[in-house]
Amino acid sequence: MIRPRLETHLRAQVANGRKLLIPYLMAGQCPEWLQVVEGLAAAGADAIEIGLPFSDPIMDGPVIQAAAVSALHAGTTPMGALAELSALNLEIPLVAMTYYNVAYRAGHERFAGRLVEAGVSGAILPDLSLEELDGWSEVALAAGIDPVLLVAPATGVERTAAICQRSHGFVYAVGTMGVTGERTELATSVHEVVDKIRPLTDLPVCVGVGVSTPAHAATVTAFADGAIVGSALVRRLLDGGGVAGAVEFISQLRSAIDEGPA
Amino acid sequence: MTTINTPMGEPTAEGWFGSFGGRYAPESLMPACLELEAAFRDAWADPAFHAEFESVLHHFGGRPTPVTECLRLSNQLGIRLLLKREDLAHTGSHKINNVIGQALLTKRMGKTKMIAETGAGQHGVASATAAALLGLECTVYMGEVDTQRQALNVFRMELLGATVHPVTSGSRTLKDAVNEAMRTWVSEVHDTHYCLGSVMGPHPFPWMVREFQSILGREARGQVTDLLGDVPDFVVACVGGGSNAAGIFSGFADARSALIGVEAAGGAAISTGTPGVLHGMKSQILQDDDGQIIEAHSISAGLDYPGIGPEHAHLADIGRATYASAGDDEVLDALQMLSKMEGIIPALEPAHALAWIIRAAGKEIPLGSTVLLNMSGRGDKDVAQVREVLQAKGLYR
Ligand SMILES: Cc1ncc(COP(=O)(O)O)c(C=O)c1O
Repeated sequence: MIRPRLETHLRAQVANGRKLLIPYLMAGQCPEWLQVVEGLAAAGADAIEIGLPFSDPIMDGPVIQAAAVSALHAGTTPMGALAELSALNLEIPLVAMTYYNVAYRAGHERFAGRLVEAGVSGAILPDLSLEELDGWSEVALAAGIDPVLLVAPATGVERTAAICQRSHGFVYAVGTMGVTGERTELATSVHEVVDKIRPLTDLPVCVGVGVSTPAHAATVTAFADGAIVGSALVRRLLDGGGVAGAVEFISQLRSAIDEGPA
Repeated sequence: MTTINTPMGEPTAEGWFGSFGGRYAPESLMPACLELEAAFRDAWADPAFHAEFESVLHHFGGRPTPVTECLRLSNQLGIRLLLKREDLAHTGSHKINNVIGQALLTKRMGKTKMIAETGAGQHGVASATAAALLGLECTVYMGEVDTQRQALNVFRMELLGATVHPVTSGSRTLKDAVNEAMRTWVSEVHDTHYCLGSVMGPHPFPWMVREFQSILGREARGQVTDLLGDVPDFVVACVGGGSNAAGIFSGFADARSALIGVEAAGGAAISTGTPGVLHGMKSQILQDDDGQIIEAHSISAGLDYPGIGPEHAHLADIGRATYASAGDDEVLDALQMLSKMEGIIPALEPAHALAWIIRAAGKEIPLGSTVLLNMSGRGDKDVAQVREVLQAKGLYR
């Protein structure tokens, strides 16, 4: 099925003055994950990140690690999950997030092909550094997949410029030096990393890692184009929140973002 | 990206050994990897750093370690077997060479803390030792399964002032300890160095760790040449990540010696692995068709690793080194044989290399050959486990 391409869609939303909300969940983390995807789309997500489970997720904290274990135990495979996604009727783009070995083992062409068949138009491979991007990036773009690159608080200005140049879809601003996971306070580095990226690109800039509450989302979208919320949602699903719990949380995030910071 | 390196020379600027290596790290760690590479290049070009490194390894580490000829075992096997005695280095294994190098570098970079992963506990104990010597704070990540298999090493690390963090994710062994150390490094990178224990991980680790371990290869080359008037026909070492093997191979890479790495049969990345990306490097990895990492299994915690350092994958590729494997039972036999015939209780890891030599003598190793085995560590850490295994098999009361 044809869904809008990641970058086209996000740029259009931002041009319309909309702040972006991008929730993340792990494919196969709970039996109803496909219905959750549909529910999130209907409740105001602008794109959805779909985690494809990998055995050794070094950028993930305990919550997303647990989701990966749960998905793998349930027999989820990256390719199987992608095949299931293709059946969904969605009007927003999907972004796959996994580790590079999944793409490397499948083969770049084959992996990109499966993403396209699944209606996925973006890919985040957090352990594929700028230095090793050649090969995957060309194949992905040729297939119609936007490779989304990350900028960290520790990334220097020159390197940030080089990363922005090769990122597509949006630029992923890593909000804090650390792995994914919920934080009670928003890190002070969030503002700095967005300020560093802004002058170097006209792509949307979305903040992820450590954006955990509606208030956090409202705060970051006051200066960034979007908020990515992963662990906070994944934990609710692991705790049995189901479609209703996910939709309720995403609606809270949406309203907080639309109303702006208190 | 793919260039031909001289065997065991410098990798390319981006850290490639042939088609293996590279730098597959999250962006949060890339600035630290680049900083480390610059700091190592600077230190390694500085004679004062070399002098300090060698002085600490001499006065504190007990270097040079001797080469011992195994007279009785040689006689029985019909070969001439020499051991490079890393078991006699301080803390009981070759791991001390690498940690002294990295701890000195940590100070040189102005960092005050070190984190490390450990399997058998040897690298953890060595890291805790170097940290105590140089006044650094040290936290060691160790799979929960390994903290039980190697409980005394946990106590040793704590005695040395380190904090031991049991890792409960995944298979709870070495690979998961590496994952957890990397995750921690991401959030503490401003004042913390990750002291990786083998020739693995993102560039510059595989190259840097080999360089720190090359001291044992250089020593062995001189000692063996004095003894034999020639290089040995075979140089044999066990391979977990591959640091002791890289150290000894580097001393003979330009010679005619055959280089043999011996992996644990349940973690044989060269013979049963496929190219993949794990822990920041492209190498041979045990994985399934989906790219999920398969857990290694071995009696030896130090060889329980589903990958291998990228330079070994390259040496195998170009045919400069050959990789074999040994199973748990023959390893136990080899350990007992060396103990009874030579008065040396080896660690389970180098007992793998010895097991292969015993099996290959008179076959792949022609009778009369000279064979240098890197005795990478002593068996003290393993005797409790070995006793239990022998009891379970009814081979000990
Ligand atoms: C004595 C000894 N030898 C070998 C190894 C394996 O490591 P490497 O392959 O890096 O030498 C270990 C690891 O713990 C060890 O303790």
